Amino acid sequence: MQPVGAAVPLRVDIAEKTFRSAQGVSVTALKDLSFEVRQGEFGCLLGPSGCGKTTTLRILLGLDKQFSGSFQLPEGGSGGIAAVFQEPTLLPWRTVEQNVRLALPKSLRTKNLDGLFDTLGLAGMRSLYPAELSLGLARRAALARAFANEPAMLFLDEPFVSLDGRTAEQLRRLLLTVWSARPTTALMVTHNLAEALTLSDRIIVLAPRPAHVLGIFDVRLPRQHRSQQAISGLLQSFHQKFPGVT
Amino acid sequence: MTARDTGGRTLGETAGMSGRSGPAATLIPALTVTISLLGLCLLWSLAANAWPSRAFPGPGQVWQVLLREAASGDLFYHLGTTLARVAAAYIVAMIVGSVIGILLGSHRGADRFFNPWVILFLNIPALVIIVLAYIWFGLNDVAAIGAVAVNKIPNVVVTMREGARALDPSYAEMAAVYRFGFLDRVRHILLPQLQPYLAAASRSGIALIWKIVLVVELLGRSNGVGFQIYLYFQLFDVAAILAYTLAFVAVMLVIELLLVQPVERHAARWRRRPT
Ligand SMILES: Nc1ncnc2c1ncn2[C@@H]1O[C@H](COP(=O)(O)OP(=O)(O)OP(=O)(O)O)[C@@H](O)[C@H]1O
Ligand SMILES: [Mg+2]
Repeated sequence: MQPVGAAVPLRVDIAEKTFRSAQGVSVTALKDLSFEVRQGEFGCLLGPSGCGKTTTLRILLGLDKQFSGSFQLPEGGSGGIAAVFQEPTLLPWRTVEQNVRLALPKSLRTKNLDGLFDTLGLAGMRSLYPAELSLGLARRAALARAFANEPAMLFLDEPFVSLDGRTAEQLRRLLLTVWSARPTTALMVTHNLAEALTLSDRIIVLAPRPAHVLGIFDVRLPRQHRSQQAISGLLQSFHQKFPGVT
Repeated sequence: MTARDTGGRTLGETAGMSGRSGPAATLIPALTVTISLLGLCLLWSLAANAWPSRAFPGPGQVWQVLLREAASGDLFYHLGTTLARVAAAYIVAMIVGSVIGILLGSHRGADRFFNPWVILFLNIPALVIIVLAYIWFGLNDVAAIGAVAVNKIPNVVVTMREGARALDPSYAEMAAVYRFGFLDRVRHILLPQLQPYLAAASRSGIALIWKIVLVVELLGRSNGVGFQIYLYFQLFDVAAILAYTLAFVAVMLVIELLLVQPVERHAARWRRRPT
């Protein structure tokens, strides 16, 4: 038992996750995967495509219960957990604002969201339907939905893929702005190393399938000092520690 | 039946355009429909004049009967009764059929087991169900409405089962992560995705149900449009039969224009408009 008020980390200890197809073929996606992200930290899961990153998030989100092992989520906050999926997954038949409010617990449904929408540059888009948004705007709306919940734990699955470089860069900055406004533990999946180095406190490097942890790379440099130059320096030391991982 | 349905659809689309474009775009198709209907009336009265017979009255005679029945209040009484039965059967069939259809569409094992039942019920003639319902449950409204609903339910089940199979699991997963309550899931996740299927089931449902209701009334009720038609059939009063039929068709068209289409337009407001 953790004492009340103590910082509870995200602690993952998955012994095995195997998919069985209808034809009887079995694919072991995860094997002995264990890592920790301290409370209030931003962790990144970095690994090659198809290694089992989305599978891990789905287990942590409670969407997949067929696995052996255990995990523990940080507590606190009102919304518990929130997620930004690989696709924005907004309800096309509800406006941006309705999408955000529907995901809130009943007690927060009417809360003031002006600040959040302003920060994310969505102030004028609240009454639009998702079909009327660009992908970049839809991803912002998905971020708004997650942060409006004031979650204790936030999961993000490659939230910036298939955006052009500048939009992705802009959204990364927005993500950091809203993330640092409240103490939130975050775990983000990515296979973009530079992105991981820009955003995270801790990078969990995964091996190809079946996924297990190759090693941990802690980024101790405060975020405001991570200039272009600093990132290249970090890249170098990362490659020294993990030769062969890109 | 087909001709009448097509007519309703054309009228409907005319009205549907008024929501989007200017008055000119509305006027011309509306004018076409009016002229087309007037042309049909004209043809009918010419034919009735050419072959004068009590079995083939002209539009004028039918109109006279319509006014007479309206003045006595009979018309509205029987129309209202039939309409209430149509509404009750429709609501029962849609609710029961949707629930069963969604359950079958989302549980494969149940679907495999119950699919033969669905096929069986799809193929029982309406008349058999009506007769059995009257024998088992007596000549009352519950049996009448139940029989109509049972006739329609298998169709709704099949349509809604398709709809449930097409549900996108990623929305349900989003709802699970954000802890949507049961009612919110139904209202904001399930129903919007099923809306096109509900609309399809509704449309074919109303068309089928009101025709079966007339048969049910003819066989075992002492009021309603079906009963009136049976009565005037025994009197060989074709003008009255046509008067009741046309009045009821008109009522169903008005419902289509004023209720069904606005609801569908409202439900589809989020779809990207064609530019
Ligand atoms: N429902 C499923 N049934 C069978 N196999 C699956 C299923 N979902 C995932 N897999 C397999 O598990 C492995 C890991 O998949 P996962 O989606 O977690 O990869 P990922 O790391 O998120 O990849 P990407 O970076 O491309 O998104 C893959 O080999 C995939 O084929
Ligand atoms: Mg993935």
